[in-house]
Amino acid sequence: MADAVLFEFLHTEMVAELWAHDPDPGPGGQNMNLSVLESMGFRVGQALGERLAREMLAFREELDVLKFLCKDLWLAAFQKQMDSLRTNHQGTYVLQDNSFPLLLPMAAGLQYLEEVPKFLAFTCGLLRGALCTLGIESMVTASVAALPGCKFQVVIENS
Amino acid sequence: TNWKKGLLKTSSELFTLTYGALVTQLCKDYENDEDVNKQLDKMGYNIGVRLIEDFLARSNVGRCHDFRETADVIAKVAFKMYLGITPSITNWSPAGDEFSLILENNPLVDFVELPDNHSSLIYSNLLCGVLRGALEMVQMAVEAKFVQDTLKGDGVTEIRMRFIRRIEDNLPAGEE
Repeated sequence: MADAVLFEFLHTEMVAELWAHDPDPGPGGQNMNLSVLESMGFRVGQALGERLAREMLAFREELDVLKFLCKDLWLAAFQKQMDSLRTNHQGTYVLQDNSFPLLLPMAAGLQYLEEVPKFLAFTCGLLRGALCTLGIESMVTASVAALPGCKFQVVIENS
Repeated sequence: TNWKKGLLKTSSELFTLTYGALVTQLCKDYENDEDVNKQLDKMGYNIGVRLIEDFLARSNVGRCHDFRETADVIAKVAFKMYLGITPSITNWSPAGDEFSLILENNPLVDFVELPDNHSSLIYSNLLCGVLRGALEMVQMAVEAKFVQDTLKGDGVTEIRMRFIRRIEDNLPAGEE
């Protein structure tokens, strides 16, 4: 049973080593730098989604899947639930964590705000990967107004 | 309940899966396995120098007086706390400066199968860096290395620990 602090420290090292590293830089420039971390998170999310959802009942609706991420996935990954879930009922969801564990030790307020995107890329991928396993293609972005609160925006791609 | 157990297991799987994603990424980034091994050791070292503070704060373990006591703390307290396993300690050198940690079930290698073309990859090499980094912060220079690995067909996984020297406190010049 690996202790939660191991994941936190490993994540920090991954950010330090890999955030600026991108073997296929695209036209996006700066934003693309985080793609390696995001895609690692995606693979982990895919596997976690599989392992967690196996014991769940079939999801009836999109909203059920999002609730599953906020409750079960978050609890499994970060030992807490997401603080709120909002949607416009048109495929856009906002998942808010008022004290996101990976930002919690960094600051309370605006200090280190510019470093924050690096620490969110993996988790955006984690959410996108879990959704993908559950049959939903999406785009996930994160924004921070003040640490350690964080909003993840999930935009479902209409098929 | 089963559901709760499932969650606990999953939070441990998050670490194992994330580590797997890291090794996969490094294998893409570097041309040869030796470089991946080095990178894993370096990242482990950086984790170890931070993890020791977490460990000392949570475990109430004081300073170890010899390498045997250090071995006990590593196997019975630290491995237990962070990975939920207790490796056995064997193969002491006559001088008492070397021992082995035998890991029956290494949680880092759940879900892992090494492809044939990575025969030199030391999959769990992060652990060696963690051990070296953590012990350096308590003034012990050690060498940690895998000498057996179940991923490579060995019967057990064995980390060999060698005490090199005690690191003296660096006093600023002129303050003896």
